[in-house]
Amino acid sequence: MNMHITRSQELRMTRPDDGLNKGDPLLVVDDISLSFGGVKAITDISFDIKKGEIRAIIGPNGAGKTSMLNVINGFYHPQEGTITFRGNKRSRMRPHEAANQGIARTFQNIALFKGMSVLDNLMTGRITLMKRNLFWQSIWRGPAEQEELEHRQAVEHIIDFLEIESIRKTPVGRLPYGLQKRVELGRALAAEPALLLLDEPMAGMNLEEKEDMSRYILDVNQQFGTTIALIEHDMGVVMDLSDRVVVLDYGRKIGDGSPDEVRNNQDVIDAYLGVSHDGE
Amino acid sequence: MSPAFLNFVEICLNGLMAGVMYSLVALGFVLIFKASGIFNFAQGVMALFAALTLVGLQTGQVPFSHLLNAMFGTEIHNWGPGLNTFISILFAMVIMIGLAFLVEKLMLKHLVNQEPIILFMATIGLAYFLEGLGDLMWGADVKTLDVGLPSGGSFWWEDVTREWAAEGSDYWGMYIDKLDVSATLIAVSLVAALSIFSQYTATGRALRAVADDHQAAMSVGISLRTIWVIVWSIAGFVALVAGIMWGSKSGVQFSLSLIALKALPVLILGGFTSIPGAIVGGLIIGVGEKLAEAYLGDIMNFLVGASPNLFTAIENWFAYVVALAFLLFRPQGLFGERIIERI
Repeated sequence: MNMHITRSQELRMTRPDDGLNKGDPLLVVDDISLSFGGVKAITDISFDIKKGEIRAIIGPNGAGKTSMLNVINGFYHPQEGTITFRGNKRSRMRPHEAANQGIARTFQNIALFKGMSVLDNLMTGRITLMKRNLFWQSIWRGPAEQEELEHRQAVEHIIDFLEIESIRKTPVGRLPYGLQKRVELGRALAAEPALLLLDEPMAGMNLEEKEDMSRYILDVNQQFGTTIALIEHDMGVVMDLSDRVVVLDYGRKIGDGSPDEVRNNQDVIDAYLGVSHDGE
Repeated sequence: MSPAFLNFVEICLNGLMAGVMYSLVALGFVLIFKASGIFNFAQGVMALFAALTLVGLQTGQVPFSHLLNAMFGTEIHNWGPGLNTFISILFAMVIMIGLAFLVEKLMLKHLVNQEPIILFMATIGLAYFLEGLGDLMWGADVKTLDVGLPSGGSFWWEDVTREWAAEGSDYWGMYIDKLDVSATLIAVSLVAALSIFSQYTATGRALRAVADDHQAAMSVGISLRTIWVIVWSIAGFVALVAGIMWGSKSGVQFSLSLIALKALPVLILGGFTSIPGAIVGGLIIGVGEKLAEAYLGDIMNFLVGASPNLFTAIENWFAYVVALAFLLFRPQGLFGERIIERI
């Protein structure tokens, strides 16, 4: 464990400081509504994510959790409501713009570049930090090569941190599921994100793999100070890891607070135990 | 060595070099198909347009001169003696990059998330538009293109191979066009440069990432539209090289756009998503065609007992028959990804 701390401290945070202190709201979701045709996926949801915290988003299947993440990183465009990230209220945003602002994510059904090696996947994760243009890259020798080496070094730190040294050059598609999940976390970390979105990072894992992943998530949060929003179904994990929890059901927010508060919230208990909704 | 065997070798060599040309065109298709899932019907016309532009710049033609002369009764044709070959190639490249920008701005941007068939139809439209534009800008006459590559048969090779033949046989040596050899060398270095670029640079990685998974690529901060411009520019560059090769060989004429059709069997053979496939496919088709032309006709004539001239011009259809056979037995091609649907 101690070895991790010393290693991970070598990672530099190259993203410009946003002037926010720990505990200030990093992302504010205000009255977001999203529908597809006539189907309402999200209705009037508001919550915030504070800098430095681990924020869990939970809820039964189909509650709108992944839709919420997709709204935050720009895959979906909500019909109503605003999102403020690092103090900037934003309008319609594309995913690559969100990435440029420092939002990185993983996916429920792993979206890695399967034909590429672990190293290339992680290097691609740093693309927003690379500044040399096509001209320099075409020449290759000189500035672009220098930049490539610097980023390669940063990626090696992440590989050390996640203990995936031995599979560096392996094409990702050949790795077992648990390792793929870890590589995907690595690719998101490679971007040195201000906000890390994790969509079910432990889905389909066995107990040992879950413990490893929990340890990595905590380390990322504590050592790098990265703010994390995660969706997870394993309640034990959620209650252990997160500082605050927001609960969704049928696209609405039904609970928000510390793990203990949420655990004792009657609406939340009803939603999970399947008590019928009023008027339905 | 017997003259018959040397003949066979000569046919294979010439086939290989003809195949390089097919590979070049097919390569342009594969690049765009991998990055955007679009089958770009206009690839052949892009090669034609690039070659026309190059000749126009080289000879100092005034663009749209026929149109201007018809409209205003003027008699302008040339603005000067023309540009140096190297500068003309650079300018033609700049124009192909400009074309890539326009294609993205005016076409692809508005068709995001449409069905592949719709994008395919759009590229057919683009093909006709470019063909018309090329005609209007530079005229429809057949032009000669000379970029200073060596051409003509190689006497040296003829002498060398004559020595190989058995003593006393009347073998005259192999014929190999120097232009074909230089085209092959250029194509090989182009492919090498492209693969080094895609393997070792940040943009190359981004290109591979987009080819692999659109959604994931966007989430790490890759702008699809930038990538499309880059890919279409590279395809334009490949088209320019292909246009130069075909143009120097058989003149810059509008039938050049039909080489796109020959690229189809190459792609079916090699797989639509594989760059090595495009290259190997092109070579196989090239060699196959020439061998079929030389031997298959004789065999069939012998079998049918027909007059010697019944089965000729096999070269014209052989590639398509090979493609048909592949569609029946190995639809994903030699190197393509096999699509396994989970049910």
